[in-house]
Amino acid sequence: MAAYLLRRLWQMIPTLLGVVLLVFFLFKYFGGDPAEIMGGLNASPEQINAIREQLGLNKPVWEQLWIFIKQIVTFDWGKSWATNESVANLFASRLPATLTVMLPILILEVSLAIPFALAVAAVRGSLTDRTVMILSTVAVSISLLVYVIVGQYVFAFRLGWFPVQGWTDSVWTNLTTYAPLPIMVAVAVAIAPYTRLYRTFFLDEIGHDYVRTARAKGMTERTILLKHVLRNAMIPIMTNISVALPGVFVGSFLLEVFFSIPGLGREILLAVNRSDYPVIQAFAIYIAFLTMVVNLITDVLYKLVDPRVVLK
Amino acid sequence: MSAVMSSPTPSAGNPKAQKSEGVWAASWRRMKADKVGMVSMAIVAFFLLMVIASASGLLAKNWQKEVGVPNAPPTFMGPAPAEATGVIAQPKGPNVDLSDIDPLAPKYKEWEERASKFKTEDVVKAETLPLGGDRLGRDVLAKVIKGAEVSILVGVLAAVVATIIGTVLGAISGFFGGKIGDFLEWLYNVFTAIPSILLIFAFAVIFGKGVLSVVMILGLAGWPGIYRLIRAEFMKHSVREYVRSAEAIGASRYSRMFKHILPNVSHVALVQLSLHVVSFIKSEVILSYLGLGVGVDQVSWGTMLSESQSELILGYWWQLVSVTALMAVFVTAFALFTDALRDALDPKLRGLE
Repeated sequence: MAAYLLRRLWQMIPTLLGVVLLVFFLFKYFGGDPAEIMGGLNASPEQINAIREQLGLNKPVWEQLWIFIKQIVTFDWGKSWATNESVANLFASRLPATLTVMLPILILEVSLAIPFALAVAAVRGSLTDRTVMILSTVAVSISLLVYVIVGQYVFAFRLGWFPVQGWTDSVWTNLTTYAPLPIMVAVAVAIAPYTRLYRTFFLDEIGHDYVRTARAKGMTERTILLKHVLRNAMIPIMTNISVALPGVFVGSFLLEVFFSIPGLGREILLAVNRSDYPVIQAFAIYIAFLTMVVNLITDVLYKLVDPRVVLK
Repeated sequence: MSAVMSSPTPSAGNPKAQKSEGVWAASWRRMKADKVGMVSMAIVAFFLLMVIASASGLLAKNWQKEVGVPNAPPTFMGPAPAEATGVIAQPKGPNVDLSDIDPLAPKYKEWEERASKFKTEDVVKAETLPLGGDRLGRDVLAKVIKGAEVSILVGVLAAVVATIIGTVLGAISGFFGGKIGDFLEWLYNVFTAIPSILLIFAFAVIFGKGVLSVVMILGLAGWPGIYRLIRAEFMKHSVREYVRSAEAIGASRYSRMFKHILPNVSHVALVQLSLHVVSFIKSEVILSYLGLGVGVDQVSWGTMLSESQSELILGYWWQLVSVTALMAVFVTAFALFTDALRDALDPKLRGLE
């Protein structure tokens, strides 16, 4: 196990390097000039050049790349060029807002989708099954934008149950007042595809021989579903959750823009618009690393859940 | 009694041998039996016809003309009630005659004669439009058809781009393996490790706005999914006997990849293409909403949704409902068609339905 873990950690390095190179060169050659953006509309060429000197943009490309790599290795992310706030501080202050919204969404989605999918799988083939499937296809085809617009209009503007937008410093107020509407909208959007997916997993399990054997031995359908099928279907479900987990840390920039939540997703949109390299690069590295670590943990968890799995 | 069978048996020398139906014929037969699939295919075909008609100028050519009053309600609802004319009551009766002190009075007759020589068109703005009007008075029906053209075109083209890139790279990686396979695997890992929003924003910065840009953005962000599947298929097929036999009779590597293996793998690519069309149409809507999509002089479902947000507060719901309804119908039909396509092309996947 230790050898496997070490090997996986070692394999992450080329990928991280690739991410660094891709992000660095993409924004260097195609992004807007940060010195110009920071200088503003009325800056003179000398001022812009001075800014460029200060940011180190006039140095040769490989030197800038080398500085950047040194920064990553020493975990010194530097400061945002637009707001002069330290990047680590930026992340630390934005991440809680993102998590306050995204974690409840993930938990609610999974805990609602599993019973729905199980219930639908139990009545597979019937009219209920086909109706639910068609309804979820229709629900998925409506854009998230429509759900947000209508949700804000109906629940916030008309009924007044929640504020339309906003955020506070207190976690409790956020959870009870400001977060419920975005959470509700996001769960409503995501529940249909998750239910469909989990239903596929459950049906796959139900098709196996051991279920037929259990039925022949006289087990009730309920016990079969809850004790056997559910457990065996957890592996693909876990894979699905682990794929969604890095997304939880990125945040949904749409939700954050619509509901004025000061989260990471919105920061990224702002940083890209301002060509704020330190923030963009730090974000890319952070998410790339997180994705790979989550993949690694999932693979290790497979071994725990299913002892037959051999980790190569 | 004859010991020989009367019907012709399939054999090499017999000219009347029965041909076994090909893969595509068998799939088409299975497709025809699926009612839901045929209905959704008909709906998708209808939309594609509408897109072609709109692109060639038959429909919705004048979507930009402001033919109605601003925010004209849909026809079935009747015209909007006239707004209050103001608190000051208009006096009735003829105006006082001012011609003795009016310095311009002698010129009026001459000016009227000159003006009557010009033809003026009195544009009467319609009170109601079939599906209502937006805030400038443009016909929502024309906009929604034109928007369908742009959104569907973007979705289909982006899916084609992503599928071509993913298939070619997957074929090379799966067939050759070795160093080039490792390099492509590394490229795949890098692309999937970068969060997709960052990738999309980065490409949006590179390519700018416009239909072609959105196609490139989505295509370049979406190829990894297809690459993975095609690579697995090519790895599986490249060790099969028919490929080995082709190699034995001297088929080149290029010929083996694209003439022999690709047709056997094309059903996977086709299904992935359909899935990506749906997902790219939805992504385009969001990109256009954020302002990173099509240019300002074009309309797409995303731009219509961004307008409808501010209209909804004022109570004008028709643009939102038209776009949502049309998009829901098309995306649902396309998704059901994709399911039917997958079942028809590969019955082994049935049972997961």
